[in-house]
Amino acid sequence: MSDDIAILGVGMHPWGKWGKNFVEYGVKAARDALADSGVDWKDIQFVSGGGTVRCGYPGYVAGATFAQALGWNGAEVNTSYAACASGSQALAAARHKILSGACEVALVVGADTTPKGFLAPAKGYRPDDPDWVRFLVGITNPTYFGLYARRRMDLYGDTEDDFNIIKIKNSKHGFTNPNARYKKIFTEEDIAKSPMVADPLRLLHITATSDGGAALIVSSMDYAKRIGKADAVKVAAISTSTPTFASGNVEMPDIATDSAAAAGVSPISYRSTIALKAYEEAGISPKDVSLAEVYDLSCALEMDWMEDLRLCEEGEAAHLVRAGDTKVGGRLPVNASGGLSCFGEAVPAQAIAQVCELTWQLRGTAGERQVEGAKVGITANQGLFGHGSSVIVKR
Amino acid sequence: MSEDTRLTNAAGQSAALEGWYTLDDDSPALIGTRCTRCSTYYFPKMSRFCRNPDCDSEEFEEIELSREGTVWSYTDANYQPPEPYVSPEPFEPFAIIGVQLEKEQMIVLGQAARGITVSDLRVGMDVELVLETLYTDDDGDKLVWRWQPKQ
Ligand SMILES: [Zn+2]
Repeated sequence: MSDDIAILGVGMHPWGKWGKNFVEYGVKAARDALADSGVDWKDIQFVSGGGTVRCGYPGYVAGATFAQALGWNGAEVNTSYAACASGSQALAAARHKILSGACEVALVVGADTTPKGFLAPAKGYRPDDPDWVRFLVGITNPTYFGLYARRRMDLYGDTEDDFNIIKIKNSKHGFTNPNARYKKIFTEEDIAKSPMVADPLRLLHITATSDGGAALIVSSMDYAKRIGKADAVKVAAISTSTPTFASGNVEMPDIATDSAAAAGVSPISYRSTIALKAYEEAGISPKDVSLAEVYDLSCALEMDWMEDLRLCEEGEAAHLVRAGDTKVGGRLPVNASGGLSCFGEAVPAQAIAQVCELTWQLRGTAGERQVEGAKVGITANQGLFGHGSSVIVKR
Repeated sequence: MSEDTRLTNAAGQSAALEGWYTLDDDSPALIGTRCTRCSTYYFPKMSRFCRNPDCDSEEFEEIELSREGTVWSYTDANYQPPEPYVSPEPFEPFAIIGVQLEKEQMIVLGQAARGITVSDLRVGMDVELVLETLYTDDDGDKLVWRWQPKQ
């Protein structure tokens, strides 16, 4: 009837710094998802992996790497790389395959191992590489987070307290999440004691990088019915749209935005266009959303996403935060999983992990962090170089 | 060697990024390009394909960008960035500004002028471009563009 596909199973390898090969995390997540779904590995017809560029050749062909590790079963494979949106693109590939009738049931999996310390650009004089140029003038990733955070403060009156409320909220959410890396309830004092990195953001306002893995078993609605899972949680929409010229967003690793002077358009917030496409595809309105999992690279960015997802008017996210609306038990919980704040980024797994969380929430099996009566969830995430994603999951 | 063609100003200082800005002592400016067909501006210089989806031009002219703008936002760097950043010893934190250029309708990032901290800045404030020493090596001072609040 529709463009829905069923989420039959979900699984994760806990986030952390385990120092293992990424394949171990992915296989653990995949086996958990298979067990959760009741589908036999040999029945999986398509394996769609989120690529990782930090783990050599096996990472570039992650779909095949996971399929081989699970035992070649003749399934077709795919690997999607789209920076932090890789997981959503891997899911989109599986969804299209299912909706076109080319396969009935698929495994979507992503996992990463992150190196210790700072990833510095390659050496030499390379002025054509924007990543090299920005480091030459001292612009690091937290610079971009700081710019967005400070702009909110000057424009909307957001305060450091608002960022702290979000940090503390997310730390409470993640505290009971068995897959979260950081399980500590932070206080205002902890945050104030953490060093300033990129004013107004302190170390505890910014996400870390982690190891982790996440997996989904997805199928056609027909297949779900045949195995007695017609009431499975469904993927209603996936948006992976690129920016529209002229993008008004200052994006890593660029040193300048597009010029909107000649195109005769006003600069558009890329993040908001990602979400709008997802709502349109699902035929769902922001008013219908029960909870959101957003890419909180910083606590301030969580508020930008709330506005870009149209969960509130531009500039009003802090009102919801202060009222407690965005905590579990509130009107519109954001990052009930604990978010990146409690997980840290595991690039190809992150977007899949967001869908795992929404699935548990919509099934009503999220334990102490359960959002009561959750019916519709939305994810948001954005990777470098024009890769955004938003997935809508519904009951 | 290309040493002979290295551009320097009267004081013998050169650019940390050659060709990215003029070394004019009084009114230095960033050097960008403009599409000769649709007039879209580019910084850094674009000389291959116009990114305007309504334009397929591959011809560009070099132009100087507006050297004044308004603060879009600002932050600072309290930790020493990795290479190729060359840090003084010990590391000195510095502010960073995103500047909205009115005519070009674009935002350009850059360090704030020496001595400027986030407490000196506000969104919407007028700033202008100055050149300051980013680091010094065997060839002398290497200059970079910075944004200075207007008095
Ligand atoms: Zn053009």
